[in-house]
Amino acid sequence: MEKFTTHTGVGVPLRRSNVDTDQIIPAVYLKRVTRTGFEDALFAAWRGDPDFVLNQDAYRSGSVLVAGPDFGTGSSREHAVWALKDYGFRAVLSARFADIFRGNSGKQGLLAAQLAQEDIELIWKVLESAPGTEVTVDLESRTVTCGDVVAPFQVDDYTRWRLMEGLDDIGLTLGHEEDIAEFERSRPSYKPTTLPAKHLPTVEVRAARPIALPIQPVSR
Amino acid sequence: MGKTLAEKVWAEHVVRHGDDGAPDLLYIDLHLVHEVTSPQAFEGLRLAGRTVRRPDLTIATEDHNTPTLDIDLPIADVTSRTQIETLRRNAAEFGVRIHSLGDADQGIVHQVGPQLGLTQPGMTVVCGDSHTSTHGAFGALAFGIGTSEVEHVLATQTLPLAPFKTMAINVEGQLPPGTTSKDIILAIIAKIGTGGGQGYVLEYRGEAIRALSMEARMTICNMSIEAGARAGMIAPDETTFAYLKGRPHAPEGADWDAAVEHWRTLRTDDDAVFDAEVTLRASDLEPFVTWGTNPGQGLPISASVPVPEEIADENERVAAERAIEYMGLVPGTPLKEIPVDTVFIGSCTNGRIEDLRSVAKVFQGRRKADNVRVLVVPASARVRLQAEAEGLDRIFLEFGAEWRNAGCSMCLGMNPDQLAPGERAASTSNRNFEGRQGKGGRTHLVSPLVAAATAIRGTLSSVADLAADDPSFADLDVAELDGSPLVPLDPRVPMQV
Repeated sequence: MEKFTTHTGVGVPLRRSNVDTDQIIPAVYLKRVTRTGFEDALFAAWRGDPDFVLNQDAYRSGSVLVAGPDFGTGSSREHAVWALKDYGFRAVLSARFADIFRGNSGKQGLLAAQLAQEDIELIWKVLESAPGTEVTVDLESRTVTCGDVVAPFQVDDYTRWRLMEGLDDIGLTLGHEEDIAEFERSRPSYKPTTLPAKHLPTVEVRAARPIALPIQPVSR
Repeated sequence: MGKTLAEKVWAEHVVRHGDDGAPDLLYIDLHLVHEVTSPQAFEGLRLAGRTVRRPDLTIATEDHNTPTLDIDLPIADVTSRTQIETLRRNAAEFGVRIHSLGDADQGIVHQVGPQLGLTQPGMTVVCGDSHTSTHGAFGALAFGIGTSEVEHVLATQTLPLAPFKTMAINVEGQLPPGTTSKDIILAIIAKIGTGGGQGYVLEYRGEAIRALSMEARMTICNMSIEAGARAGMIAPDETTFAYLKGRPHAPEGADWDAAVEHWRTLRTDDDAVFDAEVTLRASDLEPFVTWGTNPGQGLPISASVPVPEEIADENERVAAERAIEYMGLVPGTPLKEIPVDTVFIGSCTNGRIEDLRSVAKVFQGRRKADNVRVLVVPASARVRLQAEAEGLDRIFLEFGAEWRNAGCSMCLGMNPDQLAPGERAASTSNRNFEGRQGKGGRTHLVSPLVAAATAIRGTLSSVADLAADDPSFADLDVAELDGSPLVPLDPRVPMQV
C-alpha cells in the first residue's frame, strides 16, 4: 500500500448527504472478476447527468472528495472504496462516515478524514467560487488547507499510523515475516506439499452428452 | 486440564500470539482455491506487487461454474467462462498448481484434497468456500474464508483468527440399517438448529462416528456449517490412516511412521472439557428428510409435514408457515406421499464413490419412476473414472439416470444444472434454501439411499419402502448400505475408461 503523508489535489464539492455505497457503485458492477477498473462505475447513476460535479471540466481530475455527512452508508461492499481509488481519489472529507466504509477505506489506503460540518461548508464555498482549487490534506498535522481555509480533521491514531507507514492487513502480517519464516523452519517433514505435483496416471475424461428426457413435473 | 482435539491443532499452528486480546496468527498448511472467490484476491496481490508465499501449499481446481455436459466445448455462459479463464491465468502467473476441466484430478475442491492425500490429520486447511469443514473428517481444522482472507493467505500463508468455543457431539450406539451419516447430520442440525453451532468447532464422537468410513465422516463434517459452526472435526484413527496410505501425497517410508505416530496423539484428552455437549442415540434414527427451506427443518421420513398451528414458538411457527408455502406443501401430508420431479445425486456432501456404489446397488436391474429425472454427478473426475471402472455408469444409464461430468452442479445451480420454478427435487446436497438450486426450485435434502429409493418410487421413500412394494428388494442387503465402510476408493486401481 502506498504511504500517505500529505496529498495535494483538486477538490470536488459533493453537496449531498447520505451517499450510500449503492450510489457510490451499483450492485450490477459486483460481478466483475477484477479489483481495478471500477472508475467508470463510480457514481454511475449520477454520471449520466451533465451537471454532475465530476462531469464539469474543472473537477474532472479531482482527487479530494468533499462530501456531505454520513458518507458510505449501506452495503459493506469493498468495491465502493476500489471505485473511489480507481477514479483517482486519495481522500474523502466528510462530517460523518459509516463505520464499515471507514474501515474498508483504511485497509485500502483511502483517507477518510472527518471534519466539522462548518469547515466542510467553508471548503465547499471556496471550491465552488473557484473551481479547480487544490486541497492539501496533511495527515502528519491532521489539517486540511483549501484557499484561505485551514481546518483540523480527525482520524484515529491506528489508521493514521497504518496509512503513514503504508501498511494494510497483509502488510502488518508481513511485518512478522521473521516469525512466519521461523515457524516454517520447524514444520515436520511429513507435512504434504502440492508441488511437485503427484497424482495417478492421467486418463482421458470423456465428456458427458445431453440426453433428451421429456420432463413433465408432477408436483405443480 | 487436558485439551480438546481442536485446541491441540490450533496450538500447533500459532505463529504468534496476539497482544492484548488481538487474534492469534495461525499458520495455514493447505489452501484450496477455486474460480469464484479467488479472482479479486489474485488481483489484490498483483496491485500490491506481492507473490504467493507458498505455491507449494496451494492448489486450485474448477468446480462451481463448470458444466457437467459437453465439457470439451467452450463454456456457453459468459460469466462462468470468464471466471474459469481468470483462474487459469492467475494460476499460471503465480505458479499455482491447477486441475482444470477435462483433467482427471478436476472436481469439487473438497473431494480433490482428500483423494490426492493432501488433506491429512492435524492440518489447518482453508478455502474460500463454507463447505471447507469437510476436511475436518481427517482431524484437520478446516474452515471457509472470504476473498480478502484468501488474499491474506496467498500472501502470508497465515491468518489472524479469533478464538472459538468447543462443542462435543456424541453419537452413541449403532445406526439402524438403511440409515447413513447424512441422516446423523440432518438429525443433529434439526436438534441444535441452524445457529446452534455458532462460534463453536464441533467434534463428532462416539461409537456410531467411529464406525463410519472416511466418505461418511466427510458427509457429516461437510454440513457442520449448516449448524452455523466454524468447523467440524473427527479424531483420526485406523480408518483415517487406511484411507490415506498410498495416496499420491500421503507421507512415505519414515515420514509415514512419524506422521502416524503424531496423528495418534490427535484426540481429545480424557480430562478435557468442552464448552458444550450434545448427545444423540444413533439407534433411534431413521432416514431424515427436510420439508422446509433451511437444513434444520428436517424430520424422520415416517413423519408428516408439520402443522404450523401446533408449533408453540411464534418465530418457528411463522418460519414454518413461510417454508411450507414456498415448498408448495399441505400441512399434515405424510412426507412419503410427496412426489418429486428430480433426484439429484452428487455434491461435496454426497458425490463420492461410496455414495455412488450404494445408489448403484439400489438401482441395479431396475428403472426409474416415470416423470422423474435423475442426475448423477460425481464429485470429481477421478470418482467418475473409478465408477466407470466398476461399471456403475452402465447401471445408472440402464436405470434411466443421466451420468454427468464432475462439479458442484445442481447443488447451487451456478452452471446450467438448475431446477425450474416450482420444480421439486430430492437432493443429496447440503442446502435447501429458497432458490438455491434454481429460482423457485424446491429442495428436499436426503441421503443417497433415500434419493435412490425416491427415484424408483417417485415419492420420498426409504430403502425399507422398496422391499414393502417389491419382494425382489428383500434380497437387497441393506446392512451393507448403511454407510459402513464399503471398499474405499483405491487410488492404485488402474483406471479402465
